[in-house]
Amino acid sequence: MQSITEHKGCRASAKTGRASCGSQAGRGDLPVEIWERVKNHPCYSEDAHHHYARMHVAVAPACNIQCNYCNRKYDCANESRPGVVSEKLTPEQAVRKVIAVATTIPQMTVLGIAGPGDALANPAKTFKTLALVTEAAPDIKLCLSTNGLALPDYVDTIVRAKVDHVTITINMVDPEIGAKIYPWIFFNHKRYTGIEAARILTNRQLQGLEMLSERGILCKINSVMIPNINDDHLVEVNKAVTSRGAFLHNIMPLISVPEHGTAFGLNGQRGPTAQELKTLQDACEGKINMMRHCRQCRADAVGLLGEDRSAEFTNDQVMKMDVHYDLEMRKAYQKRVENERVSKVAAGQKELAGVSGEMSAITVLVAVATKGSGLINEHFGHAKEFQLYELSTSGAKFVGLRRVEGYCQAGYGEEDRLSVIMRDIRDCHAVFVAKIGGCPKSGLIKAGIEPVDQFAYEYIEKSTIAWFRAYVGKVKRGEIQHVQRGVPPRWPGDRISAA
Amino acid sequence: MPFKIIASQCTSCSACEPLCPNVAISEKGGNFVIEAAKCSECVGHFDEPQCAAACPVDNTCVVDRALPRYQAPV
Ligand code: SF4
Ligand code: SF4
Ligand code: SF4
Repeated sequence: MQSITEHKGCRASAKTGRASCGSQAGRGDLPVEIWERVKNHPCYSEDAHHHYARMHVAVAPACNIQCNYCNRKYDCANESRPGVVSEKLTPEQAVRKVIAVATTIPQMTVLGIAGPGDALANPAKTFKTLALVTEAAPDIKLCLSTNGLALPDYVDTIVRAKVDHVTITINMVDPEIGAKIYPWIFFNHKRYTGIEAARILTNRQLQGLEMLSERGILCKINSVMIPNINDDHLVEVNKAVTSRGAFLHNIMPLISVPEHGTAFGLNGQRGPTAQELKTLQDACEGKINMMRHCRQCRADAVGLLGEDRSAEFTNDQVMKMDVHYDLEMRKAYQKRVENERVSKVAAGQKELAGVSGEMSAITVLVAVATKGSGLINEHFGHAKEFQLYELSTSGAKFVGLRRVEGYCQAGYGEEDRLSVIMRDIRDCHAVFVAKIGGCPKSGLIKAGIEPVDQFAYEYIEKSTIAWFRAYVGKVKRGEIQHVQRGVPPRWPGDRISAA
Repeated sequence: MPFKIIASQCTSCSACEPLCPNVAISEKGGNFVIEAAKCSECVGHFDEPQCAAACPVDNTCVVDRALPRYQAPV
């Protein structure tokens, strides 16, 4: 038996006595002023990403560095799935698209510029777009992503443009390691290579981060985890960025397959396994919040995370749409979303009150089939991904995502697909679904994974905690025996890109 | 010898365009092209031809040997 506050990554807050985990349990460990700023930002708050949407506009095709995981015949590998060419937009086209999306999807609260190259290597296009959006849709929050090389030169411009979040991709703070990731940079009208290039890059990145933090701009750090190159080193990176004021760290797995034509893809550099990724994320958790729900979305992604609607908003379609901005409608819609969220958190807390009395050292992993809004609202057969929650007496903690191949494609289930899904979630004790057919159900039971469908269309947190409470009860009474489940499979990088 | 862009290799990323000190680069039908008459090979401006140094695809911005070498004005 262990005290409930010892659970890794979770702390009981002194004031309220309730446990909070990462950035997921509502306010999480974030200071109130920061929470106010990120609470409806889908990329920064795991909870918000169930409710709010973001969009990226691809106005920035050029880049000033070369990364070994990027082939710019395609998209920026930082912020997008490689392999699909984005539709480049002019600032004017981008603004029209923003208004069209904001009117169709009132949950869209954040506009980001994330390439497909580097936002700050295209300063004219980036800042013009931001200015036009501020004018047309003043309630939309602005953010941008950068590799940081040009950052120190643009800090004042970023402040003036009222950008409130910046994402910097920082993969190393040691030039020796950097030289293995970046073949060259273009800086001050010159091409630099090797250790010299990496030294300039890391100095500029850290300087830019410090300058932004001083000016009160929220900085998220993205890092690509590259096994045998920077995997152990990312703990150092985590310390370096935390001490310079970053507020969120997102460690993403390298996606590397030969078809993408990247240097890493061609030389056989592998990506990390899901377990390696989680271990590193856990090791970095502490002073800074770790982001676990990243989908490595495209530079032109639109919609709720995990539900890309960019196909509805191609330039052709947007030009045909009759767009006008309705601020009042958006406000009313978002108010409804906020009310929904408050009741969701309250329900989870109530359920938690029952379980936290019963101390238990047991933690289990469960998978949830969801389409968003914090509800168990997806059929097992339709799920393209499962959200993973770690359950303990301190609550339900979101720990990541597993992409799977839909069991039920074109209306029929395929036996071997089922076994693939079961392998993908074999470290889970249960899978929560809105509905599940008889065949996959018995298959799961045979594999020792409990299919749970009695909480269909209910809140995830409340339901998983209720289930956990019953589970712990059964273990205590000796009805079942708690067993640790097997390790998860290799990170399915190639299947992500094929999706 | 001014520079030219090998169209089949150009990714149309636009990195080269704003860097040219002579505004010699422009986009034509999705591809970027160099106007030979305006290209100074960056002589007198920078140590390296900017288009070639910034281009992510090696050997895409190259010297056009079919044309005479540019003479830097005095
Ligand atoms: S910063 Fe982005 S666009 Fe530039 S090389 Fe790296 S991954 Fe590619
Ligand atoms: S070599 Fe210099 S002047 Fe000539 S096109 Fe390239 S950037 Fe312009
Ligand atoms: S930098 Fe190279 S790839 Fe990019 S537009 Fe210019 S010539 Fe084309």
